[in-house]
Amino acid sequence: MTEQQLRGMVLRALTEVAPDIDPTTIDPDADLVEQLDIDSMDFLNIIVAINEQTAIEIPERDYPKLSSLTDAIAYLAAAQTRQAARR
Amino acid sequence: MPALGADMESGTLLEWYVKAGDRVKRGDIVALVDTNKAEIEVEIFDEGVIDELLVAEGARVPVGTVLATIRPLAERNGAPVETPAAVGASRTAEVPAAKTAPPMPEAARKPPRAPMPFVWSPPRLPATKVATLPQDGNRLRVSPVARRAAELLGVDLATVPGSGPDGAITKIDVERVAAATAGKHPGATPPAPPIAAAPGPARQAAMRKAIAALMERSKREIPHYYLELQIDMSTALAWLHEQNLRRPVAQRLLSSALLLSVVARAVARMPELNGFWVDGAFQPGDAVHLGVAISLRGGGLIAPAVQDADHKTLDELMAAVRDLVARTRAGRLRSSEMSAPTITVTNLGDRGVDLVHGVIYAPQVALVGFGAVRERPWAAEGMLGVRPIVTATLAADHRASDGHTGARFLTIIEQLLQRPEEL
Repeated sequence: MTEQQLRGMVLRALTEVAPDIDPTTIDPDADLVEQLDIDSMDFLNIIVAINEQTAIEIPERDYPKLSSLTDAIAYLAAAQTRQAARR
Repeated sequence: MPALGADMESGTLLEWYVKAGDRVKRGDIVALVDTNKAEIEVEIFDEGVIDELLVAEGARVPVGTVLATIRPLAERNGAPVETPAAVGASRTAEVPAAKTAPPMPEAARKPPRAPMPFVWSPPRLPATKVATLPQDGNRLRVSPVARRAAELLGVDLATVPGSGPDGAITKIDVERVAAATAGKHPGATPPAPPIAAAPGPARQAAMRKAIAALMERSKREIPHYYLELQIDMSTALAWLHEQNLRRPVAQRLLSSALLLSVVARAVARMPELNGFWVDGAFQPGDAVHLGVAISLRGGGLIAPAVQDADHKTLDELMAAVRDLVARTRAGRLRSSEMSAPTITVTNLGDRGVDLVHGVIYAPQVALVGFGAVRERPWAAEGMLGVRPIVTATLAADHRASDGHTGARFLTIIEQLLQRPEEL
């Protein structure tokens, strides 16, 4: 996936899990949990949705690396590259 | 109209999923109801054939109004079928309606062949007082099915003329427009982004009012007592992290699920805290239906229940809560989840506070609160160390139980958290 596709995929995961948020208002560099008032159960649901879309297994200790939209996209792009290299 | 939450006085029937002549069985979803707080799927507790739908789509009716009648199935093996009204009504009656609910009306005890209301009408709330919901100024009246169809077909709802009650847009209307548009532009418009289900200001105001009424009643009628206990979470969290290392994302566990599971098991051993205070007496719950307070981003909160939570494994409970949170956000809760809680848990840990002194959801008799798990200096076995600590609180109804019971309950929670592998 390109960065653009990753962004679209993360936003879709966010709005699927929390249809009550408006994706157009997201500040890409701000903390997602804080700005969207996401709780830990929502966050896990987002990680699961991303996993279903990309097959990327995000270990629990890496959750903090997905705190903002920009960070999440960078993390997923790097994980994708690692995944491809392993194949 | 079932009471879907202790704070509900009336509901709007948004959509029927069945029609007269349809066969239904226990657990079937028969209708969608808007309670002001959420759209709830109404399940049925009887088996039979829908005799008549008495409330039209779009109508707002008070709690207790008969929505439809069900004809029980013919006798099986020659034995008369149980009166189904008792089944359908008792579940909702236990909770808030119990106070106003009369003993089962004679009508419900009629021979089994007669059509039975699956929600009966208490005399105080006459079924004749049917009012239609006034058209909301800027909010389109769209049935959820139509909304899904519009998303799927990429139809702008503002362009769809409604043919339902009060001009509500139905699925057929959406399909008609979609078919017409597709004819003109073979390329078809790409699907619109999902519509944000943010509650409108009218719904928010209604929800605030409902919460206000319930909380007022709670603080007016319930002599609360409060207890708190700080609990060392090192063992529980170490076990949880270890488990999660081995699990794929979809099967990972959260500490909040662990806490819920422990509360369910603890209250099963302390039945004095599990149930309702009704008409001057404690009425124990028939099982542990664990209410989970879920705050909504638009403001307000909903506390749906995980049924039989004490009999679920930790994995089952985790899956149930994850599903419950997702469906609460999407506004797809079911009636059994709304009317049944026997005790409620509120966890404000994600919001970073240390502890919560809760207000009990009348007519329940206890509310358990958890704050954030934080690293704290902790003395144990003559040593000072840094441990992850959570503060558990109990707000309980002093009419139904005493501090001694509450204290034992909190210490059971503490003990269970030291043996997470047994959950």
